[in-house]
Amino acid sequence: MSGHSNDNVSSKELWGGGRSPYGISYGKMYMWFFLVSDALTFGGLLSAYGFSRAGSENPWPIGEQVFRALPGLEGHYPLIYVALMTFILIVSSVTMVLAVEAGHRNDKRGVIRWMLATIIGGMFFLGSQAWEWSHFIHGGGGSFLLAKEVTISDENGTLYTLPVGEPIFMDHHFGELAEGYANGDSNVVLENDHGHIKLIQYGEHTHEAELHSLTIDKYIIGEREVSGDDASKLWDARSESFKFGANMHENEYAMQQSYANFFFFITGFHGFHVFSGVVINIIIFLMALQGVFEKRGHYEMVEKVGLYWHFIDLVWVFVFTFFYLI
Amino acid sequence: MERDDLIVNDSYSLNATHSEEAGVKIRKNIIFVTVLLTAITAVEVAMGIIFKRAETYTWEAIKWTFVALTLVKAGYIVMSFMHLGEEKSVLKKSILLPYVMFIIYLFYILATEGYGHLFNHNSFH
Repeated sequence: MSGHSNDNVSSKELWGGGRSPYGISYGKMYMWFFLVSDALTFGGLLSAYGFSRAGSENPWPIGEQVFRALPGLEGHYPLIYVALMTFILIVSSVTMVLAVEAGHRNDKRGVIRWMLATIIGGMFFLGSQAWEWSHFIHGGGGSFLLAKEVTISDENGTLYTLPVGEPIFMDHHFGELAEGYANGDSNVVLENDHGHIKLIQYGEHTHEAELHSLTIDKYIIGEREVSGDDASKLWDARSESFKFGANMHENEYAMQQSYANFFFFITGFHGFHVFSGVVINIIIFLMALQGVFEKRGHYEMVEKVGLYWHFIDLVWVFVFTFFYLI
Repeated sequence: MERDDLIVNDSYSLNATHSEEAGVKIRKNIIFVTVLLTAITAVEVAMGIIFKRAETYTWEAIKWTFVALTLVKAGYIVMSFMHLGEEKSVLKKSILLPYVMFIIYLFYILATEGYGHLFNHNSFH
C-alpha cells in the first residue's frame, strides 16, 4: 500500500541514503516508533500492576465484582459496561480505518464523514470513562472495619470467626447516611429501636435508613450477605475506620491502596491518550474540511493519526484483559 | 519555507493510493475484522460471567485463553487496521522485534525475581 519504489534495488543502494529503506515517509515512521515507545510505557504499567497484584498479601478485588453497574439501572451486570466501552472504541477504530481507506481513494467527502464518526465515537468513550470514574469514586455503600473478632454463622449454620480489620460492606441506602455519621455530622443520629438499628438524618427533609443486611467479601470471590442478629453484631464491632468509594488515599474496594491507584493511573493515562486523540482527530477533520489534503494530493496525514487512534484501541484491548477480565 | 516532509518523501505518500474496485475489497475485509473483534470481546465477557473464579486449573486455563484471545485481537488491529501486514518486512521486524524481546525479558525478570522481596525479607537486616 505504501510506496513500492524500493523494489529491485540492491541492499547497498537501499541503505546508502537518499531513500527510505522502509518504503514509507519519515512522518509515518516517526509515528510508528513513537507508538513503540508508548507501548513500552503501557507495557511497564500493566507489568507493574501484575507484579503488585501477584505479590499482594491481601485479597485483590476482581473485575466482575467491582465493575458491574450500568447507568440508570439497578442490579448487577458484571463487566457489561466495560464491554460496551470496548465495543465503542472498536467501532471508532473501524470508522477511522474507513477514513484512511477513503483517503487512499482521494475521496474527500468520505474522509470527512468517517473522521466525524470517529470523533463522535471517541467522545462517547470519554463520556463513558467519566461515568466509570465517577461510579468508582462514589463507590457502593462504603465499608467499615471490625475493631474486634466477631463470630457469625454461614448459611448452613456453621459458626466462623471474622478477624480484626475485616472490611464489612454496607448497602447503598444505609451507606449514604453512614458517611455523614462517620464524618461526625451532628444531624445524623444512630438509634437502636428494639434491635432495629437505624440511622436518621434530621434536616429540612428527614431521611431514615435501617440496617437490613451487611456484605462480607464483597469485591472478591464468595460475596455473602449477612442479616438479622449477625448484622447487628458486626455493626456493634465496628471501628472508627470507615471507607467510602475511592480517592488517592483510601478505597473501599481493597485493603491495599495500590488497587485504586493503578485504576486511576492506567485508565487515566489511557483516557488522556483518548482525549489527545480526539483533539488531533478534530484538527485533521478541520484540515480535510478545508481541502488542505486535497491540495497536497494525498491523505497521508489521516493515515498517521489513524495509527495513533488504532494504538489507543490496541492499548484498551490489553487494559480490558489484564485490568478487568483476569 | 519549504516543508521537507511534503517534498522529499512525496513519492511514498503519493503512492499510497488504491482504486475504487480495490476499495470495495478492502472495506469487505474491514467489516470482517470488525465482526471478529466484537465476537471475541463478547466471548471473553461471556466466559468471565459463566466460569466462576477459583484457584483451580480450569480458571488458570481460562486466564491463558483470555491472554491468547487478546493477542489475536491485538494481531488483527496491528496487522489489518494499522496496515503493518502490508508494509515491508524490514519495517515489520524493526517495530515488532524490540517489543517481543521486551516482553520476553519482562516475563523472565518478573517470574524469576518478582517474589524476591518476600523471600529475602530477613537476609538484609
